[in-house]
Amino acid sequence: MTPFQYARASDVADAIKQIATDPSARFIAGGTNLLDLIKYDVTAPTKLIDISRLPLGNVEQTATGGVMIGALVPNSDLAYHPLIEERYPLLSRAILAGASQQLRNMASTGGNLVQRTRCFYFYDATTPCNKREPGSGCSAVDGINRINAILGTSESCIATHPSDMCVALAAIEAIVHVTGPAGTRTIAIADFHRLPGNTPQRDTNLEPDEIITAVELPPKGFSANYSYLKIRDRLSYAFALVSVAAALELDGDTIKDARVALGGVAHKPWRSSAAEVVLRGQRADASAFANAADILLRGARGFGHNDFKIGLARRAIVRTLSQAARGTPQSISDKKIR
Amino acid sequence: MARSGAAKRETRAATVPEKIPVRLNVNGSEMALTVAPWTTLLDALRDHLDLTGTKKGCDHGQCGACTVLVDGRRINSCLTLAVMKEGAEITTIEGLARDGELHPLQQAFIDHDAFQCGYCTSGQICSAAGLIAEGKAKTADEIRELMSGNICRCGAYPNIVAAIQQAMERS
Repeated sequence: MTPFQYARASDVADAIKQIATDPSARFIAGGTNLLDLIKYDVTAPTKLIDISRLPLGNVEQTATGGVMIGALVPNSDLAYHPLIEERYPLLSRAILAGASQQLRNMASTGGNLVQRTRCFYFYDATTPCNKREPGSGCSAVDGINRINAILGTSESCIATHPSDMCVALAAIEAIVHVTGPAGTRTIAIADFHRLPGNTPQRDTNLEPDEIITAVELPPKGFSANYSYLKIRDRLSYAFALVSVAAALELDGDTIKDARVALGGVAHKPWRSSAAEVVLRGQRADASAFANAADILLRGARGFGHNDFKIGLARRAIVRTLSQAARGTPQSISDKKIR
Repeated sequence: MARSGAAKRETRAATVPEKIPVRLNVNGSEMALTVAPWTTLLDALRDHLDLTGTKKGCDHGQCGACTVLVDGRRINSCLTLAVMKEGAEITTIEGLARDGELHPLQQAFIDHDAFQCGYCTSGQICSAAGLIAEGKAKTADEIRELMSGNICRCGAYPNIVAAIQQAMERS
């Protein structure tokens, strides 16, 4: 690893102060992504500011009936927290679909949000990559792009956001709380991650001198009709080729409200308000779901090796919505897709 | 090539950050060591404390060979900085046996022939100890899912699952 200095932050204000004095410093919490990136020579911070001991580890109900999750709550603790299991099982299942238990024990809630997008070439410092070195070109467009994006891509970048947790947070419409030199602000999850455009080096709209302090879940958890389906090259411990978070509110057979978010297909969790609007008032059946899938995948484009993702995503959307409508969410451990 | 990384390293070579003292409780013993900030817990255990039972496989959190317990929870020691674990209790494969008696998982791995080359085994056993402490896995399917962070290239998985089931029944 490239040598770096190490310092502990004593509180949130100290963390912000420390990062402001050193633009090439980075916060470290779980370290599961950052240390990997440093080992691969993808990034080389001069200093790591350890925020892992800050008091941001609580999960609490809010006055408005939602839940506030401290940024340092480990992914595993969040997935198994009684409030999350009971009221936001979609989030619990999505988290448990990601990584391994060892990594979930280390990875923090805030860190999951700011993990870097995935692409073989981003991780290979010997190849051109606009995300790693702006202006150097994209190796993936004409390269091995099986894992890459089909939606929201640009000529600069076709990387995908790898998080499962964030796909569920997108469906639930979580709110990210951040603190910076100018004070605190909130960012809707839909506005937190960015599409690559011509600035693929920026994955999120978090400023470099800001710190995530909490993630807020609104009251509606869709705990009756939900499913998280993750399709990958092996049955566990692999990034999604396509994943779908589906959440429905039903009145009998009729859809009152619908949320569908896709993972593994874009630079951020992918939603379409048009697809969700068209579902409302419809009978919850395969034809309605197929119609929504077509709208969600409007403009989808493959780059050769990942062409299959378009058809796979379409079928996965229909299947996941069907599972949600039936009230039979995809099992974490039984890998059969029913 | 490694353009950006190599370039940054050159400009920085003049000021190598200082080493930092760290206290760790490893397998019940208080250990004081002085490490560079970038020393992983894995390297601290193996190279500074001569506890080579914990293995370095991929060194990127993809194989699980480096799994140890930190304050009772299983983690990848290759993606953990030693300085960040100041004051923590670390349990490695060397710390599982008690008074010359094998840990039930160690005995179960022998009983079920749950390894071939053995390189992943200390990580498998430490991971399984964490799994049992978590209490989330009941069925073989659930054991497979929650042990998926430990890769066995020899493919001893059926025997590993059987060994863990035996240890779970007796714990």
